[in-house]
Amino acid sequence: MDILVCISKAPDTTAKIQFTDGNTKFDENGVQFIVNPYDEWYALVRALELKEAGGGSVCIITVGGPEADPVIRKALAIGADKAVRIDAQPTDAGFVAGQIADYAKANSFDLILCGKETINYNGSQVGGMIAAEMDLPYVSQAIKLDVAGATATVERDIQGGVEVLEGNTPLVISCAKGMAEQRIPNMRGIMAARTKPLEVVAPTDRPALTEVVGYDLPPQKTEVKLVDPENAEELINLLRNEAKII
Amino acid sequence: MAVLVFADNTNGSIAKSSKEAINYAHQMGQGVTVVTYGEISQDKLSALGNSGANKVLHHTGVNRVEPSQLSKMVAEAAKAESAEIVVFAHDYTGKSVAPLTAVRLNAGIVSGAVALPDTSSGFRVRKAVFSGKAFANYELKSDVKVISLLPNSIDLVEVSGSASVENFSADLGSAGLVQKEVRGTVSEGGPVLTEAELVVSAGRGLKGPENWGMVEELAELLGAATACSRPVADVGWRPHHEHVGQTGVAIRPNLYIAIGISGAIQHLAGVNGSKVIVVINKDPEAPFFKAADYGIVGDAFEVVPKLIEAVKKLKAA
Repeated sequence: MDILVCISKAPDTTAKIQFTDGNTKFDENGVQFIVNPYDEWYALVRALELKEAGGGSVCIITVGGPEADPVIRKALAIGADKAVRIDAQPTDAGFVAGQIADYAKANSFDLILCGKETINYNGSQVGGMIAAEMDLPYVSQAIKLDVAGATATVERDIQGGVEVLEGNTPLVISCAKGMAEQRIPNMRGIMAARTKPLEVVAPTDRPALTEVVGYDLPPQKTEVKLVDPENAEELINLLRNEAKII
Repeated sequence: MAVLVFADNTNGSIAKSSKEAINYAHQMGQGVTVVTYGEISQDKLSALGNSGANKVLHHTGVNRVEPSQLSKMVAEAAKAESAEIVVFAHDYTGKSVAPLTAVRLNAGIVSGAVALPDTSSGFRVRKAVFSGKAFANYELKSDVKVISLLPNSIDLVEVSGSASVENFSADLGSAGLVQKEVRGTVSEGGPVLTEAELVVSAGRGLKGPENWGMVEELAELLGAATACSRPVADVGWRPHHEHVGQTGVAIRPNLYIAIGISGAIQHLAGVNGSKVIVVINKDPEAPFFKAADYGIVGDAFEVVPKLIEAVKKLKAA
């Protein structure tokens, strides 16, 4: 089974979020970049587990300039066999999904996996857009995935429950917690990643239909109001009469 | 400028998040058409007028439909109504269906919007980014625009009326997936975590799964959902679907009570949209206090029982 895993470069979860150029650009100064955790921990690791169990290959794909290469090497160190970088700035989700769909159409994959969202733009868009572009069935926010032959069984979160679905590959699936556990790359993986193939592909002509015109930071929280633990009942009183929330 | 809203049918009712989306569309000041599907009473559909709907398109004869089919239904309805704006709730269904619909309509999309579009120059929509640590204003440059609204993020306006209901049908194509089973993960009668207005959450400070009784009791008394931090879900003290945070679910209730959770930045990313945050922790240096509105520095095993008594007293009064 050949699996394509879409990965995105994201700032480390502890990175300080600030902006430059009149609040129109994310300030990358001093920011450590990682593979978007949903893409890495859930989509990529599950893809590797499926390959280890049933054979095949795992290819990762990202849309970005050469600055994305360190993040690609990290995903290769975790165990992906090869990487594809579409050489263009990832302007919006529609553009990124269009690029990946165009590549996937020209090549053949049994599964296309991605994270349920990125931790920087929180869009939850790319997976569904790839599915629509390729006219493939789509399962979003999957928490479990098993494949036997050409049949995939997928569990996904729904409002207040879990839905179990079955379908034939090829499928597009966005992955959430539960799918797999994080893997820490070992030294052998890191060494091997240096020589694994990284194919750089020219982008296709796709429009970006959205653009961020400005960022801002949320207002500072006011100082916490402390309640004496000896008099904890007072908290309920405050929530009732001051915050008017219970 | 016609506005179309997709309303999800969950077991014969329109979800709260969908009603918010209808009210949001109503606040744009244009006529609002809703499209929904499946078995649901005519009364419930015309009552969507009380959320702001003028007209409801009802696709009958289908019940379980997958995202790709729903996106075909919404796209066909948008074309039939010449809708320029299509609104979804940014809930589980909306996250599945909205991006596919955007592709079908060649529309730009903003998912997780937190405010009405600003049309003073172009068409701009505000949303939370960087897991709630910042906001971004998006310009939508396409003719048709798709917006999914973050639940519990706008003020609703009062509106009353009765919506007209029309039958609607579109070619939904065949399903690529078969539903084998649906399991509920919510205890009988309890609210769904992602929709709950009040949430009581606990972390490692509780020392073991056997101590969750008081958390559940407080939640039940308040009518709140229960949640937990990542370490607690990882060691199996609590189920994964309760994990809130950067890699679990993000919630934005009116009240979030965190008991014995230090407040790592990844946890805050999942709850920083909450209107009021209460932190109970015995460590006065716990970072969570910086994000809290109310705090108690104290031992959860002493504080929580007192809170339970206080809520009981309040309910008896």
